[in-house]
Amino acid sequence: MEEKKIFSVAALFDTADEITRAAKETTAAGYTKYDVNTPYPVHGMEKAMNLKPSLLGIIAFVIGIGGVTFAVLFMSWASIIDYPLVIGGKPFFSWPAFVPVAFEVTVLSASVGTVVAMIALFFKFPHNSHALHETNYMKKVSADKFGINISVIDPLFDETKIKEFFAKLGGKDIETIYEEPFPKDIKMFDKRFIGVLVVTALVTSGATYLTLNKLLYMQPFSWMSEQNKGLPQSKSEVFPDGFTMRPPVEGTVARGFIPYEYKGMKDSAVINLSNPLPYSKEIIAVGKTRFDTYCSPCHGYFGKGDSRLHDQFPKPPTLHSDKVRNWVDGNIYHVITNGQNIMPSYEKQISRDDRWAIVHYIRVLQRSQNAKDSDFENSK
Amino acid sequence: MDYQKKELPKKFSMTGWALVASGIVIVVVSYLVNPMRASFNNVIALMFMTGISVGALVLVALEHLSGAVWSTPMRRVSEFLAASIPFVAVLAIPLLFNLQGLFQWTHLDVVKSDVNLQGKTPYLNTGFFIIRYVVFFAVLFLFYLIFTRNSYKQDDTKDQSYTSRNVKFSAGFMPVVAIVLSFLAIDWMMSLSPHWYSTIFGIYYITATLLAGLAATTFAAVSLSEKGYLHSSIGPDHYYSFGALLFGMTNFWAYIAFSQFMLIWYANIPEETTWFIMRWTGGWKYVSIAMIVIRFAIPYFGLLTARAKTDPKRLKIVSIIILAAHLFDMYWLVMPTYSDTALFSFFEIGFPVLITGILIVVFSFQAKKHNLIPIGDPKLQRGLDFHL
Repeated sequence: MEEKKIFSVAALFDTADEITRAAKETTAAGYTKYDVNTPYPVHGMEKAMNLKPSLLGIIAFVIGIGGVTFAVLFMSWASIIDYPLVIGGKPFFSWPAFVPVAFEVTVLSASVGTVVAMIALFFKFPHNSHALHETNYMKKVSADKFGINISVIDPLFDETKIKEFFAKLGGKDIETIYEEPFPKDIKMFDKRFIGVLVVTALVTSGATYLTLNKLLYMQPFSWMSEQNKGLPQSKSEVFPDGFTMRPPVEGTVARGFIPYEYKGMKDSAVINLSNPLPYSKEIIAVGKTRFDTYCSPCHGYFGKGDSRLHDQFPKPPTLHSDKVRNWVDGNIYHVITNGQNIMPSYEKQISRDDRWAIVHYIRVLQRSQNAKDSDFENSK
Repeated sequence: MDYQKKELPKKFSMTGWALVASGIVIVVVSYLVNPMRASFNNVIALMFMTGISVGALVLVALEHLSGAVWSTPMRRVSEFLAASIPFVAVLAIPLLFNLQGLFQWTHLDVVKSDVNLQGKTPYLNTGFFIIRYVVFFAVLFLFYLIFTRNSYKQDDTKDQSYTSRNVKFSAGFMPVVAIVLSFLAIDWMMSLSPHWYSTIFGIYYITATLLAGLAATTFAAVSLSEKGYLHSSIGPDHYYSFGALLFGMTNFWAYIAFSQFMLIWYANIPEETTWFIMRWTGGWKYVSIAMIVIRFAIPYFGLLTARAKTDPKRLKIVSIIILAAHLFDMYWLVMPTYSDTALFSFFEIGFPVLITGILIVVFSFQAKKHNLIPIGDPKLQRGLDFHL
């Protein structure tokens, strides 16, 4: 058996006070490369060991900054370039929405990064074990003893001298700890290793597949997701034509959606149509809600043609031009119902009465944007 | 325990009296020139000083309740600061004569034609408002008396049972002070715009309060300890604890303030967003941005490193900045109701000067009467030996 390499000389103490004193004495004796292992954080140990502030703080800061930068850039890319979606009418780059995610990513990357960096620093990556593992010393200090060990890399290292020094301090179980020999007969493509790898991969992926694709659809986990009812687009067993959805009887007219008889006939619509609804606060309020829902996305809330679509679409016209103001009610109604130029028909979406209410509301908007002096006098 | 009491210099209390005198002069002048604006500044002052004195009292209770030892040698500083609670109550008295000018909901004709305000009348009416004001400050003062009486008596008798009695009262005090501070914030600041409400407003003010009490205690304790009025054992480890708490509370404030903003921004409901729109127009935009900088960015980066937290000079500067930011925060919360444009002149200076004076006078008066460290406290020796 070849000679083992020394890692350090270790000693155990019984109390936190003793180990603090021992650390102070060790520092005073000029040793610098030593470590203290205790079952719990001992207050004042940093000072006793004369430690410099740890590098980990800086590492955590750098990784955190990296995390926040990545999060903000990624969210910006996703919501501006890759998949721009208008959410709640807000701009694509809405930084307040990014803050919680950026915060979480920062905390996650900083904490995980710090732990990984700590392990890398402590084990001296790429090693994944430490000489103190599996020693009697480590078993004791992770139970109820307080240990100190001076490393072989210390410039003043001398095995016998240190043992005497520890004995003088009152240390117990003084021992030399040897470096773990690096096993030579480990092969990367060992049959057993590959076998375990393959079995693990198969078992985990199979279990995942079965859980997500089979188990979740078995009773009782499916709960009520499967029901014995006719669904749209599904084949019917009841009707001979196989359609689940029944077409309406020919000539059916939905309530409030009486077919428009002047389709494409603007001139006769202008002559024949007049607003059947009276002017009243309630009707104008209905007109406002319908206008805000269906018209404002293009024409803007005040009918000025200044909505968010302004630069992304053929320019929606203002409703305050002289042309539109001089139209009769029937003409506006015709445009809503029939559509005009690029504007589609809203016949199917807005009921007839609501369309007339919108016409009233547009009149209110036009009046409000072009108020005369007499309006102010009358309002007094 | 070797403690030799060292009296504060006479110059200290003289400075305080001078500040009180000049503060009173400016306040009286501002009340004569523009009573409305002075009243709004009075509200700012009231909420600012509540922050310092009640925040200090919460720190005292927090120490008892958590069994913290590191803060025991500096507890007297918090107790002395909390002694200004009755003066806070006095500060609100001029406002009680001008409720009509401050609060829209006191105008019965306005309330009559407003469904929302009618629904709030069971809470927002002048009688109940004044009752709440009296009860809240009476309760706070009562708890102040209990905590400090026990603490001062312990100095002479060295009786440990006072500590356990204080622990029990602290447990009762915590929910009470949370409720009191929330409702104080709702009464004096949120009801300035009575249609608006934010369910997080109470905790926003509680955070501000703790931060103010902590900053004032830190500044006073670090200054006193540096000049040797406290105990020589108080050192970097105690400072570090103050710094860490200040840092943590600064983050918590940012968290709460941003939560309030983000929910309102996301939901985008007109009756909620008006409050922020008021603070984003007419020059208030720059005030709001400045608030984020001095209330969050400066303390955050100022206290980020471990070395900064133990540096007494840095701690003193940052605590003064945090106190100024607290005042600025109250200004930001209250003043937009008074004016559409951001404004600043001597009106805004009078009350802070007066409050600084009152705090100094109260502090020096208390310091003359009592020991500067709680020599009878059983936790004191452990607190002096405290190491990180």
